[in-house]
Amino acid sequence: MINIVERDILARAERVSRRYGDVLALDQVDLEVRAGELVGLLGPNGAGKSTLISLLVGLRKPSSGRVELNGGDPRDPASRRQIGVTPQETGLPGTLRVGEVVDFVSAHYPDPVPRGDLLDRFGLADLVRRQCGGLSGGQKRRLAVALAFVGRPRLVVLDEPTTGLDVEARHTLWEAIRAFHADGGTVLLSSHYLEEVEALARRVVVIGQGRVLADDTVDAVRAVVGVRRVSLTAETLPPLPGVVRTEHVDGRTHLLTADADQLVRDLVASGVDFRDLEVRPTSLEEAFLAITATDAAPAAA
Amino acid sequence: MQLALVHARYQLLETVRIPVAIFGSAFFPAAAMLFFVVPFAGKDPVGATYATAAMVTFSVMSANIFQYGVGVAEDRDQPWNPYTRTLPAGSAPRFAGRVMAGLVLTYLSLVPVVVIAATLTEARIDPASFLLALVTVAVISVPFTLMGLTIGYSLPSKAAIVVAQLVFFPLAFGGGLLSAPDQAPGFIEAIAPYLPTRGAVELMWAAVGDYSVNLLSLVMLGVWVVVLAALAGWAYRRDEGRRFS
Repeated sequence: MINIVERDILARAERVSRRYGDVLALDQVDLEVRAGELVGLLGPNGAGKSTLISLLVGLRKPSSGRVELNGGDPRDPASRRQIGVTPQETGLPGTLRVGEVVDFVSAHYPDPVPRGDLLDRFGLADLVRRQCGGLSGGQKRRLAVALAFVGRPRLVVLDEPTTGLDVEARHTLWEAIRAFHADGGTVLLSSHYLEEVEALARRVVVIGQGRVLADDTVDAVRAVVGVRRVSLTAETLPPLPGVVRTEHVDGRTHLLTADADQLVRDLVASGVDFRDLEVRPTSLEEAFLAITATDAAPAAA
Repeated sequence: MQLALVHARYQLLETVRIPVAIFGSAFFPAAAMLFFVVPFAGKDPVGATYATAAMVTFSVMSANIFQYGVGVAEDRDQPWNPYTRTLPAGSAPRFAGRVMAGLVLTYLSLVPVVVIAATLTEARIDPASFLLALVTVAVISVPFTLMGLTIGYSLPSKAAIVVAQLVFFPLAFGGGLLSAPDQAPGFIEAIAPYLPTRGAVELMWAAVGDYSVNLLSLVMLGVWVVVLAALAGWAYRRDEGRRFS
């Protein structure tokens, strides 16, 4: 029984910390990715997402704690046989043709996806003979993501797969990722867009300042991360429930809350005199600041 | 092994697509052949053969120092390099592929020198010696490959280009590559045996003609190989430790 469960876990981090000199990039992180899951790693830039991924794919060693890939050390090439990783788009060898890059990566796997099929799936079939240096940013990004799927992986690890893409290109990639998952594939993807994680993932792991802040369903995390900013002008305000953070800027009061509707109702019910009410979504960064600044108290609620 | 060949093939492809890199390493020795060897030693079969062997050594040195020194340093700047480490192969096939590709390019850079020697000078070589010379080229590539790797793994690419340019000329001149065997100016004769270029060129001379190698040069060449191998290994591990630990 335990063996079956163990085998189900494709990637695991156990109390993993990683330091770069004085900087603690990851602080006691736990993460398990099971077969068939589509997990989003969500966090602002610099939160530690890329560091965590680099540990899981064997590019770096943790300073302490343990990482496992398919039950083995990710730094052992055999453990990496069933994963696919995306290179950063800027890293594609500029003089090699698209087809050659695919062939090169294919040579590392026992049963690679035929080149034509792969390029078709990512809308790159017309570009086989084109040198990578001459591709547009979107084409490079699509090729980079396509490479993760060459070796028929069980687990695909995508670090910010659609950063810098236009809407159409982003949706093409999302379709490919969804199709892979629908066929039983497991996906771990990082993003600093809530929208992207919402569109793809079932489970979200929120990372901030090197720690796991939340590990839950998309809906639950959205309630935490989907913090709204309620701005108004008022002389004094009574204490209001559900306010994560209060700011006073240029005579305006900004209230950050996970439930803007309830806050507005409370405001009206309190009978306080206010004007110029505005409700706006916050950026992910703001939401994280709010959560971390209040020591995750509202997140736990 | 299969994978090493794949890596070699793609490294060659990348290089061949920017042919300037090959011209670069073939240019100096070819130009030196045209300007110095053809007019001054071209008529003398023995002198021309030795001079050609020296230019071959020159070419081997510059090709290896540049392609490893600059090539490795530039690769380290590219995110493609860490990506290849996530593929299910260790770093060995990539490294072996690089060395194989390097050897192929080294032989390629020798073609102009050999063609000039065969057509414009009296330099002559019998087939057995030619084969021996081919093998010797691979042997004397070793110290310069290690030197290039040391430079490439320890310096950023801009610094690597400068250092590669700074080391290769003194090594060529100081090792006596620009003079006939044992005819270099006195101070060069004094320092030459302590440079890796000297042992290398003496091996080439012995391969193509009736030259007996100096023990001191050969021992020093061995010392250089050991020292450079240690340095290259240290630079490689330091780089790996800094970027991938």
